[in-house]
Formats: sequence, structure tokens, C-alpha cells
Amino acid sequence: MKIAVASGKGGTGKTTLSTNLASFLAESRETVLADLDVEEPNSGLFIRAEAGGEEDKYKMIPEWDAGKCTLCGICREVCNFNAITQIMDEIMVFPQLCHSCYACSELCPRDALPMKKQKMGVLRYFKQGNLSFVESELDIGEEQAVPLIAQTIAYVDRHCPGDVIKIFDAPPGTSCPVIEATKDADLVILVTEPTPVGLHDLSLAVETMKALKRDFCVVINRDGLGNADVESYCVRENIPVIAKIPNQRSIAEFYSDGKLLYHEISAVKDALEKIIAYIDARPGAGKTEKGAE
Amino acid sequence: MKEIVVISGKGGTGKTSLTASFAYLGAGEIIVADCDVDAADMHVFLQPDFANEKDFYSGQVAVIDPGICTDCGKCARTCRFDAIRVINGRHTVNALDCEGCGYCSRICPVNAITDKDNHVGWWYCSAIKTGAKMLHAKMKVGAENSGKLVARVKKEAKRIAEKEKKKLVLVDGSPGIGCPVVSSLSGASYVILVTEPTVSGLHDLQRVSELVGKFRIRSGCIVNKADLNRHKRDEIHAYLKQNNIDHLADIPYDETFTRAMVSGKTMTEFTGSRVRKILESTWNKIVNK
Ligand code: SF4
Ligand code: SF4
Repeated sequence: MKIAVASGKGGTGKTTLSTNLASFLAESRETVLADLDVEEPNSGLFIRAEAGGEEDKYKMIPEWDAGKCTLCGICREVCNFNAITQIMDEIMVFPQLCHSCYACSELCPRDALPMKKQKMGVLRYFKQGNLSFVESELDIGEEQAVPLIAQTIAYVDRHCPGDVIKIFDAPPGTSCPVIEATKDADLVILVTEPTPVGLHDLSLAVETMKALKRDFCVVINRDGLGNADVESYCVRENIPVIAKIPNQRSIAEFYSDGKLLYHEISAVKDALEKIIAYIDARPGAGKTEKGAE
Repeated sequence: MKEIVVISGKGGTGKTSLTASFAYLGAGEIIVADCDVDAADMHVFLQPDFANEKDFYSGQVAVIDPGICTDCGKCARTCRFDAIRVINGRHTVNALDCEGCGYCSRICPVNAITDKDNHVGWWYCSAIKTGAKMLHAKMKVGAENSGKLVARVKKEAKRIAEKEKKKLVLVDGSPGIGCPVVSSLSGASYVILVTEPTVSGLHDLQRVSELVGKFRIRSGCIVNKADLNRHKRDEIHAYLKQNNIDHLADIPYDETFTRAMVSGKTMTEFTGSRVRKILESTWNKIVNK
């Protein structure tokens, strides 16, 4: 079962929830946590793991072969992203603009633009008891997060088979990175705050999840901070609020040191137990147990 | 004209609250641009009138004409993004997966595919409660934030600043290190990095400041909630010193933040608060950079 933890904007406690939920689950069963916020991966700061490894991740970029090229100009014409240009008698490729669609490479009549690997980031994986942790980090200067997110999900699918619970810490926002990260999820948990900004970002995230036809629910973080507008919105929209995490300075302090919270703060543990009860009560989760029998 | 861009790597550091509070201090003397188009929140604090709505198109999306399509399947085999699938026996484009590369429309043997311009959102030139103009945008759900909408918002902000002879454009920048933030940064004269003293705050600060370094733009840092963790705060201070980043201010964990956030006001509207005093002197430093 794949569970994505998302939010309309960053900083609502998405990473806090993903890391605590995954570690708590892993105390009693196999769990996977994948940090898909490849632009700013932070989950790893909260997960302590001994054994692990890493691998470079690549995207495919055309490389010009001057010897074969006749300067016909087809590549330049077919690239919809202006990633290819001709300067004097040289074809130049701008890797940051390239979307790896292969059009230039496959339509070049001379085979003068073979696709070559180019590093875009690194994927790291660890195992700690029941918890498998995967994170990817985009190289600075790389502009496109989506290909790396897609490869990270593919890695999880390949290496963590079976019906275990897989938690995906999604990137913030409502645009393509978050869509890539939530598109296969069985359940999306939207983390929000009870403030006007929180409500605004939540409503955008809800619209996105509806457009994607995802099953979703809400966790309210920093409960008690603002007003009840987020809750009345959820009631009106018929969105289940499955747990609330209170607003406490001690939570912010533990977080600032990179500590997991549920050992220290019982309100967090209570909230996690509610979330897990909600997950286990879902039809997908029932299948897990039957599969194990 | 100066262009000051506020970024933070990840959200939740108080970037937008701070930018809006500075916008309040700058009043009618500046132009404000909300380039965090993914989660545009400045309007919560500055109440723009959403006047002058303009459509924004960016990139393309493939559309198959079912009357012409013979379901030969060539497009689906060609597409690297797995955006064309057979649904109820017919080849169908999933617009959310389509990157708009145009490869399929080029190779379709019966020319059944066209590339349509993609309507990704709207941008506005509004009047806000301080009397200033604010440029901002709204993205359609699931649209690609390629940075082009960010670039447009910034370009319009600059154009209006020039026309109205304003000396400063204040930009609430995008999160992350990808294309939207690259668009936010290009052309900036000074970058304000907002962070907080947490393990992730320091980690994100290092990543964005490395990115800013690539642009060779001078930058300064505001440490928000500075008293939350003294040890991490000191680490951040040391990092700033080492990397030649101006240390603009430490802002304490203050309940004005919450009060402002809940009431949809900027912090600088709370006259007499300790945060307002700090923000005033910080703003003076920034304006004189
Ligand atoms: S399509 Fe091939 S042969 Fe033609 S200009 Fe491009 S690289 Fe050269
Ligand atoms: S692979 Fe596609 S996006 Fe990249 S340069 Fe070639 S045509 Fe352009």
C-alpha cells in the first residue's frame, strides 16, 4: 500500500509526519519510507541508519557527433524546448532545457545525436531494522525534479516489493513534481495548519487531489494555533480529518535537533496511532493481511 | 532599480510572512511580486484586488482526433513519458503526463495529433492594501511550473516599476532549487535567505546558498525563530560567516507571528511589537544594500 504525505506548501510538517509515522510503523512491521522531495530532501536528517549505499542517477541527453552531422537542421526544428541551437557550423545542446524526449536523436537522418547518460542526482538507501529508507537528491543546477522522482519511485517498486506500507514524502506545491509523486498512491495524507495560509494551500492541494482522482484525508498540524476554518472546510467538503498534532514549542525544539517526536511527546504518538488505525481500516490494508496468510 | 528576492529553500520558515511584512514597510514606494506561484500566499497578507486578470499559456499538450486516429499505436511506442495509453480500445493522451515535446504529432502517419497551447494559469496586476501594486499569479491545478510564469510575473513587475519610477521590486521567490527558483533569481540584485535554526533549516540554507553562489548574487540571511535552538543558531551564524553571507537579523520565536498569520495581517502592522522593531531596522539595512 502506497501512502503519499503531501501539502500545498512546504513547512506544514510533512517531513515530520512522514519520518515519525514510518519509524513508528517500523517498530512493529516492515515499512518503506521514500523521500521524493528531491529538491530539498530532509527526511534523512531524522532517520538514523547504519548500513546503506548510494547510486548516481542519470537522465538521457543527446550528444552531438560532429563527424556525422550534415547541418540539415532537423534536430533544431523538432525540439519543442529550444534545447538545440546551431552556432556557426556547430550544433549545441542545452542539457538544462532538454526533456529527454528522444525526438532529435531518433529523427536525425545521420544518427549524429546519440543519447548519452548525464548525472542529475544521487539516490541513497538504508535499512534499519524493519525500515527501508530511500531518498534522492537533485544536483544543484539541475532544474527538473520530475525525472528523478520517477526513478526513485521505480527504485522502490523494484527493490521493495510486496504489500508492505510504503510512505512517500512528496514535494510541496501542486505542480508536476507533486503529481509525479502522488500519482500511484493508494492514499494521500494532506498535512495542513489551521491558519488562513494553511486553508488556502489546503484547498489548492484538495483541488489537485480531486483532479487526480486520489483518495485523500487530512492531518492538522500545530492544532490550536489559529482558528477552526480548516476543520469547517473539511466538514463542508466531506474530507476526513484523521488526526491532529498539537501546537507545542517542545515539538519545534525536538524537531530542530533532528529528533523523532513520538518517543518524547505522547500527543504525537496518539496522533500516529489514529493515523495507523485509519490506514489499517482501509480495504487495501486488509489485502495486506490476507496476502500474508 | 533594485530587485530583492526572498527565498528559503523549503517552505515553513516564515519567508512569505516576512516578505509581506517588508512590503508593508515599503508601502507605496515599491512594487511587490509574488513569484511563489505554486503556493501563492502573499495575497492572504496583502489583500490584492485581483484586477487585470490575464491568461497565461506555456508549452503544449498533444491532442488526438479520434475521428482520424487509426489506433496504429506508433505514438504510444514513441512517447518516452508514457502519456499515451489505450483506454476503451482508443489511444488517449493523459494531459498530466504529456510533456508537450511534439514528437508524437510529428510521427503520426495519419496526422491525427495536434499540439495545443497549454493554458497553465493566470497572472494579475493588483492594487494591495498598502497602496502599492502587486504582480502575482495563479497556476491551474496540475500545470507545469516551468518557471515561465515566474519569469512573466517578474518581467511585468520590473516593467511597471520602471514606468512608475519605483526604485525597488520586492520578490517573494519560489521554493526548491529547480526551474521556478532559477527564474526567481535571474536578474536579482540582492537575495534574502530566510532560515530557521533546525537541522533541516541549515541543510536547506546550504543548498540554496550554493545555488545563489552560482548566480554570483550578493546575499544576506534572516534567522527566524532564532531562539528555538541556540546550538543550531550558532552553527548557522558560523556558516554565514564562512560563506561571506550578510547576517541581517535574528528574529525571536514570537507570538506576533501567529497573531499576524491568523488574522491575515503582516507582522509590521502590529505597532509596538518587538518583531516590528527588528523588522524595521532589517528593512533599512536591506534598502541600503
Ligand atoms: S538532425 Fe542530425 S544531421 Fe541534421 S543538423 Fe541535427 S545533428 Fe546534424
Ligand atoms: S531529446 Fe527532445 S528535448 Fe532533448 S534536445 Fe532532443 S528534441 Fe530537445
